[in-house]
Amino acid sequence: MLCVKPYGMLCKIFVVPFYEMWDLPDIFVQTLWEGLVGGTLYSLIALGFVLVFKASGVFNFAQGIMVVFAALSLVGLHSIGVPAFLALILAAGIMFVLAYSVERVVLRPLVNQPDIILFMATFGLTYFLIGLGELIFGGDPKVMITKQLYIPTGALSFDFGGGRVELQKLDITAMVVASVMVAGLAVFFSKTRIGRALRAVADSHKAALSVGISLNQIWVIVWFAAGLVALVTGIMWGARSEVSFALEIIALKALPVLILGGFTSIPGAIVGGLIIGIGEKVGEIYWGPLLGGGIESWLAYMIALAFLLFRPQGLFGEKIIERI
Amino acid sequence: MLYREAGQFKTNYRADMAVFPILQDRIGVFLILLVAFAVIPFVGSNFFLHAIMIPFLIFALATIGLNILTGYTGLLSLGTGGFMGVGAYACYKLATVFPEVHILVWVVASGFVSAAVGVVFGLPSLRIKGFYLAVATLASQFFLSWCFIRIPWLVNYNVSNAIEVPRRSLFGIAVTGPDATPQARYLVVLTVVVAMTWIASNLVRGRIGRMWMAVRDMDIAAELMGIRLLNTKLLAFAVSSFYCGVAGALLVFLYYGSAEATAFSINQSFAVLSMVIIGGLGSLVGSFMGAALIFTLPILLPHIMAALGIPIQSATAEQISFMVVGALIIFFLIVEPHGLARLWQIAKQKLRVWPYPY
Amino acid sequence: MRMKGLLVGAVLAATAVTPALVSSASAQDTIYVPLFSYRTGPFANSGIPIANGMADYLNMLNERDGGIGGVKLVVEECETGYNTEKGVACYESTKSKNPVVTNPYSTGITLQLIPRASVDKIPMLSMAYGLSASAVGESFPWIFNPPATYWDGLSMIIKYIADKEGGFDKLKGKTIGYIFFDGGYGREPLPLLDIFAKKYGFETKLYPVPPAEMQNQSGQWLNVRKDKPDWMIMWGWGAMNPTAVKEAARIKFPMNKFVGIWWSGGDDDARPAGDDAKGYTTLNFNGVGTNYPAIQDIIKHVVSKGKTQTQPDKVGENLYNRGVYNSVLIAEAIRNAQKITGKKAITGEDMRRGLESLTITQARWKELGLEGFGAPITAVSCKDHNGHHAAYMQQWDGKKWVKISDWISPLKDEVRPLLEAAAKDYVTKNAGWPKRTESCDKPS
Repeated sequence: MLCVKPYGMLCKIFVVPFYEMWDLPDIFVQTLWEGLVGGTLYSLIALGFVLVFKASGVFNFAQGIMVVFAALSLVGLHSIGVPAFLALILAAGIMFVLAYSVERVVLRPLVNQPDIILFMATFGLTYFLIGLGELIFGGDPKVMITKQLYIPTGALSFDFGGGRVELQKLDITAMVVASVMVAGLAVFFSKTRIGRALRAVADSHKAALSVGISLNQIWVIVWFAAGLVALVTGIMWGARSEVSFALEIIALKALPVLILGGFTSIPGAIVGGLIIGIGEKVGEIYWGPLLGGGIESWLAYMIALAFLLFRPQGLFGEKIIERI
Repeated sequence: MLYREAGQFKTNYRADMAVFPILQDRIGVFLILLVAFAVIPFVGSNFFLHAIMIPFLIFALATIGLNILTGYTGLLSLGTGGFMGVGAYACYKLATVFPEVHILVWVVASGFVSAAVGVVFGLPSLRIKGFYLAVATLASQFFLSWCFIRIPWLVNYNVSNAIEVPRRSLFGIAVTGPDATPQARYLVVLTVVVAMTWIASNLVRGRIGRMWMAVRDMDIAAELMGIRLLNTKLLAFAVSSFYCGVAGALLVFLYYGSAEATAFSINQSFAVLSMVIIGGLGSLVGSFMGAALIFTLPILLPHIMAALGIPIQSATAEQISFMVVGALIIFFLIVEPHGLARLWQIAKQKLRVWPYPY
Repeated sequence: MRMKGLLVGAVLAATAVTPALVSSASAQDTIYVPLFSYRTGPFANSGIPIANGMADYLNMLNERDGGIGGVKLVVEECETGYNTEKGVACYESTKSKNPVVTNPYSTGITLQLIPRASVDKIPMLSMAYGLSASAVGESFPWIFNPPATYWDGLSMIIKYIADKEGGFDKLKGKTIGYIFFDGGYGREPLPLLDIFAKKYGFETKLYPVPPAEMQNQSGQWLNVRKDKPDWMIMWGWGAMNPTAVKEAARIKFPMNKFVGIWWSGGDDDARPAGDDAKGYTTLNFNGVGTNYPAIQDIIKHVVSKGKTQTQPDKVGENLYNRGVYNSVLIAEAIRNAQKITGKKAITGEDMRRGLESLTITQARWKELGLEGFGAPITAVSCKDHNGHHAAYMQQWDGKKWVKISDWISPLKDEVRPLLEAAAKDYVTKNAGWPKRTESCDKPS
C-alpha cells in the first residue's frame, strides 16, 4: 500500500522497514532489546575465546562444547542430589580439572607449534568432550536448574508507544552477570599480579618466560577462566532453552563476533557481540521477510565481513604490521 | 636396504624431476594402483566398497582440494562443505537439464561452477588473513547452505527438497542410481580420483605450485618477487573449489544417491579440514592418509570393538568412538604435528637405512 | 618405538575389523530386525525415547512369547547420530544379515534408501515421516509410511483449527503462522498449506528456523509478535521443539492456539517450559501413559529386569510409546507375513507382503494389550501404503499430555491427489524408475 509500482522492490528495501519501525515502536524497542540480549550472550562465548587466544595464541574451537560440558556437569550433579550451589562450585571444579588436563595433555606437548596445529588440537578436544559428555550424562537434554540457582524468571513489562515491551528477568540477569564478569576480568587483568602476568604472556611468550613467569601456570589459569565463562554462558543459554548438545552449534555464532571485535580484545568481544546481536535481529525482523526469513544464520557473518574489508584486524584488534 | 636409491642414476633433468624419481616408489605406486583397480573390487564386500572405500576416495579428493588452498597456499578455509554442495547441486541441475550428455562430463563441469563460486568468495582473502579469513569463509558456508535450502530451482522443485540422483550409465553399465553395483561406482570414483590426483601432483610441482608456496611462506615477500597476489590467491581458490566441487558431485551421485542441504553443512567443512591437518599440510599422500583416518575410523571403531568382544550398546560405541577419534587427533598432533605424511617420510627414511639405525 | 607401536596397533585393528568387511550368512531360524537410532547428536532428545520404545517392545515379545510365531527376533540397534554417512554405513553393515525391514528414522537417510529398497529387496518402514509421496504403492512398492503422512497431519491440524473457530468458513481472514525446521521435513507441507490458504481464505505467515539456529529462535518469535497470527503451527524436531515452546510462552502467545505435528509432541519438548507450556497442543497417533497391559508387560519383562537402556520413569512418555507403536507395526507385519507365506523365518520379500496387507483392528489392538492405543489400521493396501489413518490432539497440562479430542481423520480427498501427483513427479524425474511388478495380496 505504501509502495508504488515501478519502485516496488527499492521501496520495500529502503522505506517499508523504517516505516514499520516508526509505526510499531514497541516492536522496534523489543527487537533492539532482544538483539542486545542475544549480543550479550554471543559476547560471553566470544569472551572465552578471547581469553584463551590472548594468553596462549590458541584458537579454542572447544569453547562451544565447554559451554555444554559445564552446563551438563552442573545439571548432572544436581540431578544426583547435590545441592544447587554446591553443584555450581563442583562444576567450576570440573572446569578447573579440565583446564589442568588440557594444559598437561594437550598444550604442553604442543608448545611452539604453528597456530593451526593448536587449533586442530582443540578440534580433537571437542570430539573428545562430545563423546565424554554423552557417555557420562547421556545425549538427552536437561532442564536448567533455574529456580534452584535463584535466577529470576518471568518478565518486566511496561507500556510503550501504544504497545508492550517485555524484558525477561532472565535476560536482565544475563546482562548483569555479563557486565559483572567483564568488569571483574578487567580489574583482574589490570590490578592483580596474575593479571599482569597474563598480559605479559599475551604480549610475548619469550619475554614473559625471561622474567620468570610460568607459562604453564598462566595457561591453566586462562583455560580455567574460559571454563568459568563457559559455565556462566551455559547457565544462561540453558535457561533460555535447554541444556543439550545442540547448544554447541550456537557457539559458532561467536566467531563473527570475534572477527568483528578482534581476537585479542575483550572490549572488542563485547562491542562486537552487541553490533552482531542487534544487527542480525534488526536485519531478521525488518529485512528478513523479503528473503523469506531465517537469514540470521549468515547475516552475522556478512556484517562481520563487511567490517573486515575496511579493518582487516577487526575493530579493536592490534594493528597488523608486516615486515619482510 | 630395501628402499634405497643408490645406483639409480638420473641422466637428464626430466628423470630427476619425475613424480616418482625412485624405482621402488614407482613399483610401490604401481602395486597400490593394481590392488586398487584389480583386487579390491573383486575381493571387498559391499560394505567395504560402499561404506568405506567410495566415501574414503571422495573425501580424499575433497581433502586434496582443501590442501591446495590451506596446505599449499596457506589460506585457511572453513567453506569446503559449501563448495562441495555447489558442485553437487550444479551437477544435479546440469545432469537433469541435459540428460543426454554423459554424467562424467557433468561431474567435471560442476567443478567449474564450484570454481567460479570459489573465486567470488575468495575475494576477501586479499585483505584478510589467518583465522580472520577462516571465519570469513564461514560466511560462504552459511550463505551457500541457506541458498541450497531456499532456492527450490536447485532441486528442480522436488517436494522432498532434496537432490534425487537420476540413473545414468557408462558403457551400458549403471554407475549412478540404485542399480549401480558398488564395484562399478567404486571403479568410476577411483578413476576420477586417480586422474585428478595426478593432475594435482603435477600442478603443485610446477610454476603454479611454487607460486602458491611462495605466497604461503610469506605473501609480501612473494609480491615483491613479482608474484601477483590477487591472481595467485584466486587461482588457489578456484582450483581448490574445483576439486571440492567434483568431490561434492561424486559424493551425491556415486555415494549418497540423494542429498538434502544438510549433507553439506559446516560439519563437512570441519571434517575435511581435520583430514587435511591430520594427513599433513601440503602433502597429497597425506590427504589420502588423513581421509582414511578421519573418515573410516568412526565407521570401523564400533566394528572393532564388537570384534574384540567388548559388549556395548551401539550408542555407547558411538560415544566411545567420538572420544577415541578426538584423542587420536590430539595424539597424532603431539607425535607428529606435520601429519601422517611426515610419519610416512620418517618410515621411508628408516627403511632406507634398515637394518642400521643411521 | 613409537612407529612399532603404531604399526602393531594398526595390524591389530585390521585383524579385528576383517570380519566386518567380509560378508557372512546369518542363521536362518531367527528374524533380524535392525533399528537405526540416534542416541547422540543434536536430535538425541527426540531420538532416545523412540529408540528405547522400539527396542523394548520387540525385546518384550522375545522375553514373553519367545519371539513371533515361535521365531526369536534378533534386535540390533545401529547408531546413526542422524547423520547420513553413518546411515549408509548402518544400512550396508546390516544388509548382509538379511534384515526384514529398515527403519531409517531420518528424512535424509530415508530419501537415500528409497531407491535402494526395491533393488535390495528390503522393505522400508518410515512411520509417518520420510517422503510423503511414498504412500503411493504403485510407484513405491517397497516403502511404507503408515499411519499418516505429513500432509494428512496438516489437514488434521487445519480441521482442528476450523473446528475450534466454528467451521471452515470462519477461517476466512484469519492468519495462521507456520514455524518450521528449515529443511526437507519442514518445507514439505508448504504446498498443501498454500492450497488450504487459497481454499479457505486464510493468510499464512512463514517462520523458518535454520538447522544451526534451532536453539536461537527469538527472531522468529519476535516476528510472530509483529505479525500477530491467530494460530501457530509447528513442524519441529530435536532441540528446536523445546526452544520454540519456551519462546512462545515468553511472548505470551496463547498456548492452546499453538499446534504441533506429532514429532513436536515429546514430553521433553514441553517440560522445560513447565507450567508456561500449559495448553500447548500437538497431534498424536499413539496413546500415552503406562496404562496398557502391553506396556505393563514391557515393565515386567524388560525394564524391571534391567534388559534395557530406558530409565523406568520414562516408560509411557509420548515418544517412548511412539517407538512402541512403530514396533507394533513391525511385529504385526511379521506375524502377517508368517500367516500369508506359512514360513516361520520370513525374508524381506515376505515382509513386504506382510506390510502391504497389514491390518490391526480394534479387536486386535485389544488382543495386543493396547486397547485404544492407536486408531485401527485398516486402510493399508497395495495402492495405499499409508492408509491416512486418524490421529488425535493432545494437550500439555503442565505435567503430562492429555487427550483433548476425538480421533480426527485427515482430509483424504485433498491429500490423496497431491500425493499421487508428487509420486508421479518423483517417478518422471527419476527416469527409469522401475514399474511395479510385485503381485498384490488380498488383505487378511
